[in-house]
Amino acid sequence: MSVATQAPASAASPVDEDARWKYLNHIRQTPGPFTDPASQDEVAMRMFDNFKVLVIGAGGLGCEILKNLAMSRFRDIHVIDMDTIDISNLNRQFLFRKADVGSYKAEVAARFVMNRVKGVSITAHNKTIQEFDLDFYRQFQLVICGLDSIEARRWINSTLVTIAEEGDPDSIKPLIDGGTEGFKGQARVVLPSFTSCIECQLDMHAPRAAVPLCTIASIPRQPEHCIEWAHVIAWDQEKPFPKLDKDDPEHVTWLFNKAAKRADEFGIQGVTYSLTQGTIKNIIPAIASTNAIIAAACCNEAFKLATSSVQCFGFENNYMMYSGNDSIYTYTFNHQKKPDCPVCSDQSRPLDVDPKATLQELLDSLAVRPEAQLKAPSIRAEGKSLYMRAPPQLEEQTRPNLTKTLLELGLADGQYVNVTDKAFNTQFDFTLVFK
Amino acid sequence: MLKIWSMKKEQKDAENAEGHASGGKKKKITAAQLRVQKDLSELSLGDTMKTDFPDPDDILNFVLMIEPDEGMYKGGRFTFDFNINQNFPHDPPKVRCREKIYHPNIDLEGKVCLNILREDWKPVLNLNAVIVGMQFLFLEPNASDPLNKEAAEDLRNNRDGFRRNVRSAMAGSSVKGIAYDRVLS
Repeated sequence: MSVATQAPASAASPVDEDARWKYLNHIRQTPGPFTDPASQDEVAMRMFDNFKVLVIGAGGLGCEILKNLAMSRFRDIHVIDMDTIDISNLNRQFLFRKADVGSYKAEVAARFVMNRVKGVSITAHNKTIQEFDLDFYRQFQLVICGLDSIEARRWINSTLVTIAEEGDPDSIKPLIDGGTEGFKGQARVVLPSFTSCIECQLDMHAPRAAVPLCTIASIPRQPEHCIEWAHVIAWDQEKPFPKLDKDDPEHVTWLFNKAAKRADEFGIQGVTYSLTQGTIKNIIPAIASTNAIIAAACCNEAFKLATSSVQCFGFENNYMMYSGNDSIYTYTFNHQKKPDCPVCSDQSRPLDVDPKATLQELLDSLAVRPEAQLKAPSIRAEGKSLYMRAPPQLEEQTRPNLTKTLLELGLADGQYVNVTDKAFNTQFDFTLVFK
Repeated sequence: MLKIWSMKKEQKDAENAEGHASGGKKKKITAAQLRVQKDLSELSLGDTMKTDFPDPDDILNFVLMIEPDEGMYKGGRFTFDFNINQNFPHDPPKVRCREKIYHPNIDLEGKVCLNILREDWKPVLNLNAVIVGMQFLFLEPNASDPLNKEAAEDLRNNRDGFRRNVRSAMAGSSVKGIAYDRVLS
């Protein structure tokens, strides 16, 4: 059924808003024993009407999430995705049709859902998340991620932790993160700077399955080994193009031919073009139902967070893992905050300094400050090694800085510095306050 | 959401009661940099290794020199480029040998076959583990995981012959028709 034929049909019959959200409103307005009484008053009811949510990713999870949110009466949704639609997406990314191949995912998904669900506004951004500044992210009350990259997760996580300001409840933007890999998945909620963040949970991600380089180089046994050989070794030796572009069919064809030839030599079957593409891009087959389960869990948490109607993930449980590999197994638990998390551990402390003091004097003062007591500190500012005590060569290179004043080193009022000491496992963050 | 806000306030009150000082904004140093800063301060290089930072402000890219003081590669000086990306420690550091050397686990392009640089890398491992592993490769070249097959066969079949070939490759001569870089210091 095409979008165009649906639109006039729904326009012809006016929608009865009360009937449309009857069950949803029933859930909201029927308090249970654990319902926050404050969620029942007029202010809370209205708050949901003006709720603004950001969806990151309009792929397998993103399509599900956008659909679910729209049908849970979220009205103001923004979606970011830099990707365009590939023909291989169509089996599960159900907001896209064959004619959409090559168009931006965010744009097509937004248009489809807005046509199908009346009254929802979805703003599409065909960009990377890194292209937006903090003020952009501040406009939302909630962020939901359906991403396939750890790097993007870490970026948005540290951005939301940065936005979270002490004493300003509006600055806390809960982050709901969904992820799937084959039959497995997870849904989790981060209350930035208050509960365990993506960086605290970094070791929950299974490491990329890698084959030993020597197997690839000498004794391939599987078609993937031949492809990796072409990718890691043959490409490097022959450099057929200046830089490998994994999305360029010409490049992938080159790798495929190399891999096929090597597979022939070793009598290995099964090297195909699509396996080549999948192996070099580390694609794990996506399963539509897993996406549906994880997206549903994420969106239920979003609804509960936004309406306070039911207990949700937050300070207690915050992580649900799901595995469909052997029958069905789910486990929900409280992933605790890491005290030494480089992103969300204690916020930086103010450090009163005289801008005309030397770096040596600053370091000496750290040794006597009761909360620091650092005897052998190394110190860095963003993009600048001020003084590194180890390794010896770096110490030598940064030693001249010790006699310079903070001003001479280009440090500014409000500058963040990070101090480590071999004797301690944690690091110390300070914000310089010039006196 | 309402609940979170009120709970947040309680948490904050509790923190204030404990006397935590809190200073507003967050740092802008990336997680990878923070971790490398920590790893570097814990590096134990010994007498056989040296680092070099072409740009001391960029601690994610540096050079490691190894000068083995025993074993078949004694007297050589081997230079490795370390390249650490922003996804560290989820991703391992990328390590590459600058010289063309005769070694069963290092190929002619300088790629290194060390399990913890690839399939056995874990975020709990640190840079020290990597350099210890690299040092070990020069003390105990491993013929069973070859990257340079000829060298590995050589080592397996004729240890003394391999030792001689290593010496002449290190001196800058050709071994089996391939010219190697002089690495004797």
